[in-house]
Amino acid sequence: MRAVLERIAVPTLALLVSALLFGLLLAVYARVDPIEAFGLMYEGAFGTWFSWQNTLTRAAPLILAALCTALPARLGLVIIGNEGALVLGGLAAAAAGIAIANAPPLVVQLAMAAAGMAMGGAWIALAGGLRQWRGVNETISSLLLTYIAIALMNHFVEGPLRDPSSLNKPSSWPIGDANMIGTIPGTDVHWGLVFGVVACLLVYLFQRFTTWGFAMQVIGGNPKTARMMGLDVGRYVLLACGAGGAAAGLAGMVEVAAIHGRANASLAVGYGYSGILVSFLARHHPLAIVPVAVLLGGISASGGLLQRRLDLPDAAVVVLQGIIFVAILASETLYGRLWKAKEAA
Amino acid sequence: MGNTSIGLWGVPLAMLAGAIRVSTPFIFVSVGECLTERSGRINLGLEGTLVMGAMSAYGVALASGSPWLGVLVAAGVGLLLGALHAGICQLPRVNDIATGIGLMLFGTGLAFFLGKPYIQPKAPNLGAIELGWWSGIPQVRQALQVNYLFIVGIVLAFAMAWALRNTRWGLIVRLAGESVDAALAIGASVGTVRLIATSIGGAFAGVGGAFLSLYYPGSWNEGLSSGQGLMAVALVIFARWEPVRCLWASLLFGAAGAISPALQSVGVTEGYYLFSAAPYVLTLALMIATCSPERSLRGAPGELGAVR
Repeated sequence: MRAVLERIAVPTLALLVSALLFGLLLAVYARVDPIEAFGLMYEGAFGTWFSWQNTLTRAAPLILAALCTALPARLGLVIIGNEGALVLGGLAAAAAGIAIANAPPLVVQLAMAAAGMAMGGAWIALAGGLRQWRGVNETISSLLLTYIAIALMNHFVEGPLRDPSSLNKPSSWPIGDANMIGTIPGTDVHWGLVFGVVACLLVYLFQRFTTWGFAMQVIGGNPKTARMMGLDVGRYVLLACGAGGAAAGLAGMVEVAAIHGRANASLAVGYGYSGILVSFLARHHPLAIVPVAVLLGGISASGGLLQRRLDLPDAAVVVLQGIIFVAILASETLYGRLWKAKEAA
Repeated sequence: MGNTSIGLWGVPLAMLAGAIRVSTPFIFVSVGECLTERSGRINLGLEGTLVMGAMSAYGVALASGSPWLGVLVAAGVGLLLGALHAGICQLPRVNDIATGIGLMLFGTGLAFFLGKPYIQPKAPNLGAIELGWWSGIPQVRQALQVNYLFIVGIVLAFAMAWALRNTRWGLIVRLAGESVDAALAIGASVGTVRLIATSIGGAFAGVGGAFLSLYYPGSWNEGLSSGQGLMAVALVIFARWEPVRCLWASLLFGAAGAISPALQSVGVTEGYYLFSAAPYVLTLALMIATCSPERSLRGAPGELGAVR
């Protein structure tokens, strides 16, 4: 019972502290009424059907990108290459789409998804494999791989895949309007949201109810025991990293096939980095990722309204996100100590 | 760049100029991060610190008219952000990698938020020393314009290497990084040592940011940093946790970063972005070559969880 209460109380406390700090910044520096600002943020994120759709559209890539950290975390690996897998997944999806643009749309879309997932999966599996067989630290290597991925993307959209008509923002050829994946019927939210929620559900069921999922938990708990039990640790490392990378690659494919219609620098706008934090905030639990991503999507969706009504810089919402991340990460330390402190007081 | 008069010689010359100009922020962030990591902690948030340093230096230089006051304030801001990172990571069960990324987001967001009014106006620049007075060729003169901070950075790298090796403080920092038990045995407080090392590392990154906004490129905007702060982590690994090697690695990375624009100026445009990825590929290759499943990187501090 206490554990459940704690899980609600600690993040709530962290959110309250973040709101207080952000409100202080607004009141003292920007001379804006914080209550009004928070009201506007609620309106811009969850107030209307329109803002809900904006929020969910932004949450979709975060959900998928977060899985790239959450899945390997089950094995005790810290992967932070989400942005790279997302960018390369988007690039591979665009390349596949351009290559067979005239095939039936469903075939093109499937090929794009397959290419994006394979590319993203291979990219993160590389980091996992290097860890397993060469002892290269996966956190650092996945970070380095992200930079290499972004450079590769820039190379291809400015070189071999470049559409000459894209002048000030170099882009690949478009994949064609017929091949876009479109929106969920009755909404403006693209299918990426469904992919993300389904992926989280599948990961949850896999981790909870299959032998492989259990094996991963054992490895994460104690790799030595796992090896003594005869588990092939390397296989599970590749599986978790590959599946996580595939989720991030799918996020890139969705960005290309539902929003931009082509690959360009808009792929590398930080969904991957935010995804890392979403995963940590959800404590790497697949079902917790969805609400956390929706909350963060809502905060970033409300930036436009704050800018229009209160003339705040659009970076205001990034500041709030940063404060929330740091506060929640720091609040980890309160678990198991909250009640003791109260009893002592 | 008018390299036509000296033809292909423009390429190595531009690389030299690039190595001097581009590498200065690298020197500061990597020497600072080197100290932090030697004390056993990794700070991935230096990108946020760098951008905050750039913004505050620019703002202060604009308001006071003195760029050096701006550098000082940037160092102070970096010190505070470093202390914040160290303070949070010191709490039990807090993950330092995630906290670093959180602070990176916070720092860049705050810098863009507070720096909005500074995008238009022009702040005074840090001056440069003309080391090319002996040459009549304008390209050579331009290449040998050296900023004071570059020289400060070189001195700091050597001073840090000396201090780590020869002073009592250096010994305690290394001990905190190698073995917490050993540090406790001689009565040093590991938390305090890391707090100080991380704060100083942050201050260095702040100065690196000040160089960006006050000298090269010399203005404040949201695209100012191209990941110099994050690259610090790669640089320190590439330099295997030695401040003087951090200096050489920074120069190398600076030169590598200057290859592509230099080649472009003589008409070679192929592979522009691939060259810019060269430092990361090199670092990764070095890690693959020197790691094995039995032991981690040679020279890595023993308590540095992130590279174990």
